[in-house]
Amino acid sequence: MNINATLIAQAIMFGLFVWFCMRFVWPPITAALAARQKQIADGLASSERGRNELELATKRASTILHEAKQQAADLVAQAEKRGVAIIEEAKEQARVEGDRIIVGAKAEIEQEVSRAKEQLRDQVAHLAVAGAEQILRREVDAKAHADMLASLKGGL
Amino acid sequence: MSSEAISSTEYIKHHLQNLTWGRLHDGTLGFAHTPEEAKEMGFWALNVDSFLVALVLGGLFVFLFSRVAAKATAGVPSGMQNFVEWILEFIDNSVRSSFTARNPIVAPLALTLFVWIFLMNLMDLLPIDFIPMAAQAMGIHYFKVVPTTDPNVTFGMSIVVFAMILYYSIKMKGAGGFFAELAFQPLPKAAMPFNLVLEGVNLIAKPVSLALRLFGNMYAGEMIFILIALMGATWVSASVGSTVMFGSQILLSLGWGIFHILIITLQAFIFMTLTVVYLDMAHQEHH
Repeated sequence: MNINATLIAQAIMFGLFVWFCMRFVWPPITAALAARQKQIADGLASSERGRNELELATKRASTILHEAKQQAADLVAQAEKRGVAIIEEAKEQARVEGDRIIVGAKAEIEQEVSRAKEQLRDQVAHLAVAGAEQILRREVDAKAHADMLASLKGGL
Repeated sequence: MSSEAISSTEYIKHHLQNLTWGRLHDGTLGFAHTPEEAKEMGFWALNVDSFLVALVLGGLFVFLFSRVAAKATAGVPSGMQNFVEWILEFIDNSVRSSFTARNPIVAPLALTLFVWIFLMNLMDLLPIDFIPMAAQAMGIHYFKVVPTTDPNVTFGMSIVVFAMILYYSIKMKGAGGFFAELAFQPLPKAAMPFNLVLEGVNLIAKPVSLALRLFGNMYAGEMIFILIALMGATWVSASVGSTVMFGSQILLSLGWGIFHILIITLQAFIFMTLTVVYLDMAHQEHH
């Protein structure tokens, strides 16, 4: 246990080790630690952001879905209404058309009737004339008529 | 035990003697073969065992850590990187909590101190006779394997710390400010000589206590291991007494070894923390 030059050797060694540690050991490892810390912090932040975004997206999706459902229901209701309206309209049209046809047919029938009546009237007139002719042709006596015609001639 | 003839006193002395290299009595360079020879070498001698073990352990530390540092990634760390990062963060946290100024040298300094001292203390847990006996088999007379039981090693580190305390005190406060801190407190200016003595002792006590605390703890721990090791050495025959002594050596060295794990870590931590605290005080303007 003597104090000797080991003291100096130890002091020099110590200084060298500290220098080496300060130069080659401490900075790279602390840099790696800091970088990892930053990475982890970034990762956590981005996962937090992702979660928020997911939440927003879910909310938006449900709103859109809700709206779509609402729209679909509206459309169906509208279509139903429209359908009913069309049927009603068609019924109405059919009724009107029917009426019109009936009216047309009645008019035609009347026309036909009046035309037939006219024809009948014509034919009756002809028949009357023909009948009269026949009657006249039988009644006419050429002798009697000749006396008459002769008296007429005398008067002249 | 190296030989039958050796006594307990010799055994203890043998274990407490460093392998010293220097100028021998006859003027040649070589290893001291007795404690007396080592003493005669004076200051210009080297405790080769302390020096080599400290160098190897420090080298191991910088090698492992710099290898991890070279491959350090921000991605998923490997096992070794994880381990190194764990130590590094532990040191970083304790430096942050006790060092308020900004100085990039302090944290690496604390890391080096903690790991290096821990490794040197860890040598205390090696079975006490293994290394000296192996050394003896190779013809080396002494080999003290725990560098921190050598006051040269602990003082070597604390002197560097002391130099840094002085350097940063003067750098941060100026020579005048540093002198004022030593001379004008705790009592008013009139009591300057008293203040100087008080603060001077306070200043000198820092490196001395730093070195002696570590040395004392490790030396005492080593001493207890040596004393426990002596119990089995009283073996004479397969008698009840010898067997009991032998058994208690095993149990006691196990118990003390487990307890010592705590001590070696604690001493490394204390040395590191106090260094950081002293440097923090050196950086701070006195209130």
